[in-house]
Amino acid sequence: MIQILNTVLIGITAGSIYSLMAIAMVLVWRSTRVVNFAQAGMALLSTYFGYEVIQISGSYWIALPVAMIGGAVVASIIELVIMRLLLKHSSQGAIASITPIIATLGLLGLIKSVIGYFWGNQDRTIVSPLSNVGFTFGTNTLAISPMKLFIIIAILVLVLSLTFIFQRTNLGLALRASAYSPEISRLAGIKVDLVRTIGWALAGAAGGVAGMLQTANGTGTLSPDSLEFSLLLAFGFIAAVIGGLDSLIGAVLGALVLGLVLAFVLTYVGGSLVFITAFVLLLIILLIRPGGIISQKAGRRA
Amino acid sequence: MHKLKSNNLLRLIGFVVFGFFLFYLSNAIDELRVYQGATVAMYVVAISSIILLTGYSGQVSLGHGALLAVGGYGAALLRNNLHAPVWLSFAGAVLVAALFGSLLGVTAARLSGPYLAGTTLALAVGLPSIANQFKFLGGEQGLIFDIGLPPASLGETFSQYKWFFWIAALTALIAMWWLQNLLRSRYGRTWRAVRTQSVAAELAGINTARSKVLAFTVSAGLAGLAGALLSMTISTVSPSAFPLSLSFALATGAVLSGVTTLGGVMIGAVTLVAIPEIADAFTQRIGASENVTANLPGLMVSGLLIVVVLFVPNGPVEQFRNRRKK
Amino acid sequence: MSLIIENLTVEHGAIRALNNVSFTVKKGQLAALIGANGAGKTTLLRTLSGLNKPTHGKAHWCETNLLHGKPEMLVRHGVSHVSEGKSVIPELTVEENLEIGALWRSNKKEMQESKKTILELFPRLGERLAQRADTLSGGERQMLALGRSLMSKPELLLLDEPSLGLAPLVIEQIFQSIKELTKSMGITILLVEQNAMGALKIADVGIVLNLGTVAISGEAQSLIADPAVRAAYLGY
Repeated sequence: MIQILNTVLIGITAGSIYSLMAIAMVLVWRSTRVVNFAQAGMALLSTYFGYEVIQISGSYWIALPVAMIGGAVVASIIELVIMRLLLKHSSQGAIASITPIIATLGLLGLIKSVIGYFWGNQDRTIVSPLSNVGFTFGTNTLAISPMKLFIIIAILVLVLSLTFIFQRTNLGLALRASAYSPEISRLAGIKVDLVRTIGWALAGAAGGVAGMLQTANGTGTLSPDSLEFSLLLAFGFIAAVIGGLDSLIGAVLGALVLGLVLAFVLTYVGGSLVFITAFVLLLIILLIRPGGIISQKAGRRA
Repeated sequence: MHKLKSNNLLRLIGFVVFGFFLFYLSNAIDELRVYQGATVAMYVVAISSIILLTGYSGQVSLGHGALLAVGGYGAALLRNNLHAPVWLSFAGAVLVAALFGSLLGVTAARLSGPYLAGTTLALAVGLPSIANQFKFLGGEQGLIFDIGLPPASLGETFSQYKWFFWIAALTALIAMWWLQNLLRSRYGRTWRAVRTQSVAAELAGINTARSKVLAFTVSAGLAGLAGALLSMTISTVSPSAFPLSLSFALATGAVLSGVTTLGGVMIGAVTLVAIPEIADAFTQRIGASENVTANLPGLMVSGLLIVVVLFVPNGPVEQFRNRRKK
Repeated sequence: MSLIIENLTVEHGAIRALNNVSFTVKKGQLAALIGANGAGKTTLLRTLSGLNKPTHGKAHWCETNLLHGKPEMLVRHGVSHVSEGKSVIPELTVEENLEIGALWRSNKKEMQESKKTILELFPRLGERLAQRADTLSGGERQMLALGRSLMSKPELLLLDEPSLGLAPLVIEQIFQSIKELTKSMGITILLVEQNAMGALKIADVGIVLNLGTVAISGEAQSLIADPAVRAAYLGY
């Protein structure tokens, strides 16, 4: 019984971090119709910013917002410099459909080398600011610690504020309108280019927070080839696709489903099958509900 | 029709001449270069497999490393457990990977662009780790793949590396020859039609889904062959031999070569092998720090990739052809 | 104070879509731009609103150079374009579709006022504010597109085929609304139409475009009376 509860708790914590990455994917997808495979790299770079701040100030709590802002700045620069150039040179032929994908892949490599250049390839450590020891319940230790609780709450707050921005503010309306129809939005007077940059910035910020939280939640180590960030890359994408790539709520639900399924596989089947389970889950979703779990649309053609 | 045949003959002669050239080259250059030559041959096969998939049938794969892994493991299992001769283990690698690819292709045909990219990427992350779950795949250490010593008739001084190169180069030449002809056949035309005008192709009676699955199958078979070659040159197959970065490197190589034509495939393959060398020579000359040495190759590859995608997205060969047309 | 177009030429690759087009629409007038498929009507509108780039020529609305702006900036100078088809965003609600037309003013009060005016003009939209735009009928969507455009308080309205795909009775309504816009709100309108007769009937002036050049232009009434125009474009 307690094992099931703990598995659920682990799943929710992991899922909430994936949900930030998935949200970042969705934000970028909605604003520029690009699946950003560099997202994990951007998150990693932002986390290194956070790491630097911790070295200077000694405080994780200062580092967290800095990583968030750093992520937003990095993402804006990438959008302004590379994505705009890409749109301008938008090519024809076989390559056209994969150009943005390849470009973000190049970015991922570029970011990793930049990190390696400045911080080296050895592990750096971020110490978790809150206790990672689980709460006790009678004689049992629960798989939820003050740090995990903080992660869940922080992400809940972020998701709610993002939802509020999207559904209730003018900026949100502009973001949604530009995502659905850039041309009509332009004709209505919305500065779509600016809105796109803001979409990327929000995604970068979400990624920065995800990176900081993931590192504090996991092993606490940070390196350019960190496996945890490959995880964020693959699982963030899978969660976003499960949710439908176009929906913020879908991204969160997809991430929670993924987190829970993986937690159960990890506990009851074995660690080495986690990846392939995620893959199979992705395939099943793509084949039976191509529009994602909360969509009514059929077919998935981008 | 006549001209077509003589063109075919010319091309065959070209391949044979190039083969002889490689043969002489392998005797003239030092061991390390010969070994790198084998790697180039492996990349040629792997990259052309991606070019076939992307440039000819319009599908994208960021997870070709996984298909190489299937081929590599297939070859190793055949050789270790059934003591298959080398050529048979290679053929087995092709078949196993093609079979796997056809299954994957059925799924892939229903996905497009970013979805397919992400799915194949997830496969590349996930598949190699399966080896850890099953004992007969050798876990983290993997399996040995030993093709044996070169035949004694080649003389005592004939090195293992040269033997690798001969096998890899010959395999690559045969594969490329076959692929060239395939792409010029009805299938090649069908793929192009599906890629450029999928609706029109469907109206013309082409089964686009089947055509895509076939392309995926052939591509996977080639990738499996490349996997066997890769395993041969490093003598083992293990999860760490097929990391995500291998898949990315192959995609990079394909873009550098130009995905629309096989003509540039050497460019990508040679670049992938040459960049670490160039970076190394450069860092040694300026006496750079460890951070630079370790990251310069990655920086160069990624930078090159971005520049190519932005400015010569269809690759150098296509660019050159277009310019000549103008 | 008018819309002045001089020697406007637009090329799509090797194809010359517009060739030295010149005409003038006086402020407060409703001009109907008619012509067969492929005559360049839509290209002309898209060029005027900044969606297409011209090869050479001039186009001014009052002091605003129409050929040097992005569409989102031209809106700020009173030029609004309702593109072909029902130019609404189906995923957004009716209310949101209206609001995006006034987002750029970032003034909540003005937005509410404009919304009120438009809902008085198109009461049908008021009943459906919270519905998604894709639940509307064709005519309602066209009203919504017009309404969105009016939210930006335009002085020059570029309308591309508002009658496309609508039932005859609905077309009649839409044309009447358009006519009222000029008369009661003083908006200058350049109306592109396949439905040449319907458009000329409500228009002050008419311009006939043929293969990228202006074939005939003049008073709408005289064009209706012109036998050559009748034969070629009005179908009788």
